[in-house]
Amino acid sequence: MNNIAALPLLQLSSIGKQFGGLSALSDVSLHIRRGEIYGLIGPNGAGKTTLFNVITGLYQANAGEFQFNGHSYKACKPHVLAQAGIARTFQNIRLFANLTALENVMIGRHLRTRAGVFGALLHNLATRNEERAIAKRAGELLHYVGIEKPGQTLAKHLSYGEQRRLEIARALATDPLLLALDEPAAGMNATETESLKALLQMIRASGITVLLIEHDVKLIMGLCDRVAVLDYGKKIAEGIPEEVRLNPGVIAAYLGGGDE
Amino acid sequence: MKLPVQRAKIVFWLALAALLLLPFVTDALLGRGWVRIADFAMLYIMLALGLNIVVGLAGLLDLGYIAFFAVGAYCYALTGSPHLALAFPSLFPGGVHLPFWIVLPLAALVAGGFGVLLGAPTLRLRGDYLAIVTLGFGEIIRIFLNNLNAPLNLTNGPQGISRIDPIRVADVSLNASQEIFGITLPSVHLYFYLFLAFTALVIFISRRLEKSRIGRAWMAIREDEVAASAMGINTRNLKLLAFAMGAMFGGVSGTLFAGFQGFVSPESFSLMESIMVLCMVVLGGMGNIAGVILGGVLLALLPEVLRHGIVPLQQALFGKTVVDPESLRMLLFGGALIVMMLYRPAGLLPSRVRRRELDTDEAA
Ligand SMILES: Nc1ncnc2c1ncn2[C@@H]1O[C@H](COP(=O)(O)OP(=O)(O)O)[C@@H](O)[C@H]1O
Ligand SMILES: [Mg+2]
Repeated sequence: MNNIAALPLLQLSSIGKQFGGLSALSDVSLHIRRGEIYGLIGPNGAGKTTLFNVITGLYQANAGEFQFNGHSYKACKPHVLAQAGIARTFQNIRLFANLTALENVMIGRHLRTRAGVFGALLHNLATRNEERAIAKRAGELLHYVGIEKPGQTLAKHLSYGEQRRLEIARALATDPLLLALDEPAAGMNATETESLKALLQMIRASGITVLLIEHDVKLIMGLCDRVAVLDYGKKIAEGIPEEVRLNPGVIAAYLGGGDE
Repeated sequence: MKLPVQRAKIVFWLALAALLLLPFVTDALLGRGWVRIADFAMLYIMLALGLNIVVGLAGLLDLGYIAFFAVGAYCYALTGSPHLALAFPSLFPGGVHLPFWIVLPLAALVAGGFGVLLGAPTLRLRGDYLAIVTLGFGEIIRIFLNNLNAPLNLTNGPQGISRIDPIRVADVSLNASQEIFGITLPSVHLYFYLFLAFTALVIFISRRLEKSRIGRAWMAIREDEVAASAMGINTRNLKLLAFAMGAMFGGVSGTLFAGFQGFVSPESFSLMESIMVLCMVVLGGMGNIAGVILGGVLLALLPEVLRHGIVPLQQALFGKTVVDPESLRMLLFGGALIVMMLYRPAGLLPSRVRRRELDTDEAA
């Protein structure tokens, strides 16, 4: 037990991912400690989202493996990794658009609840209690991420910023150890970004480790404990934000790779 | 808060009374043939509700659904008719003749098994591809039934299987009129009440599933399979479960069909029937139980209304039958679907969510 707690929460070892001839990730190794906010930055097309897809099981890596919470994973289904405690949001929001905000979050509770077909048909006390607990928790999470519209609003009728926060609430509903956010501030205005920052700090304070892909340099600098920089699928720098910002390789990558 | 509950109760009891009286009223006003039509309509409603789980909830477009109806029907046809005794006298000297109430759950399980069997190879397919493969599976089942009369006569081929035992409830055969409390109930009335009970059960199960953790997971898969799996939903198992549940409804309906009709043949399980059931789901309002029931009633009645209404009308107008009602049926059917897609794309009674969405669109 002690042993596991001392290990990094997530440890990537030489992860490689190829699409045809294109090397989207090559030899990426990094580790994320428990309780930190870890930033992942890099120009567009650097492979950040691909890395998320690998650690959440949507893609299978061609090389390397990763350890999460003391277990090794190589080729695993997304639901197995979600069960293990990795939850994520998507760069291009992927909510259950025609379901309500509340239902979206309730679905996040799926893997921590049990009722099956017989529970559904019998609707026995255990099932009713579970349903009540799911709805209650989902309502609390909506409030937690700051969605004040009624839970009965369809996900697609929420504002852009609310949709991003709803994705976070849905991910939190899975009781994750690691919350991986793919550009959560994209498209948000300054006030929204500020409240997102407060939300992420609150999430970290609750004991959840955060992995954050973000372009907003101010947000990264103000929030992250450590940052890794990807460029053309390779990790070119890692360290505390101030160091990384001054790293000549990083400056070159950003200048050469087009303005972000 | 109290009033709506009371009103709902009153509506429920009135509706129940109306349904119980329906066969008598229909018999008196329209004739016994229409009670039989109502019986068939309920079989269709059960089918449509089963398909609604697969298409409406889980979002898996299945064009071969009638195959599970066929599986249920043949389960009872084989075990409840002299066919096996005639085809394999040494194996089954007296036939199998399992009681209906034993065959029914078995047939549901067998159909559910076929649901998993046919669902498994399609797990990676979506949309059009899934539709085409399921269409093929549906046809394969029918073609098997059509051709499994040689070298071993399993299904009796295109001639089908006849002399299927009637359904018995508490040792009372539903194939003969019964006298209950001094009221004579003809066979079609008895089947009406039996099917009504089964339809009620199927509606109940559908509602419970829809409002459950499983139902939400199905809807999540329908909305976004990738996001669903990232949220920890085992999409493979839940899709198979949807196929199995839908197939079980189909199997139950098929078993009832075989007992009711006393005869089954592959002809009853054509692609057209799959499309019919799918249209009931889509026309009524995919994902909405009331809508699916309405779609089932309308589409089950339409051909009969045409048959009984159009021919006499043409006779009266032109003195002869100009248009065959069967071809008119397809014409009207196609026309109705086009009009629906143009003006009410979410169905006659759109599902709760879709309705809300339309409201907001109007408000915006
Ligand atoms: N499914 C895929 N098929 C082919 N190429 C892909 C796929 N996903 C990502 N890529 C490619 O991999 C590279 C990295 O993409 P991505 O991880 O989305 O970058 P980032 O998120 O850092 O902007 C890009 O060149 C992209 O075109
Ligand atoms: Mg990206």
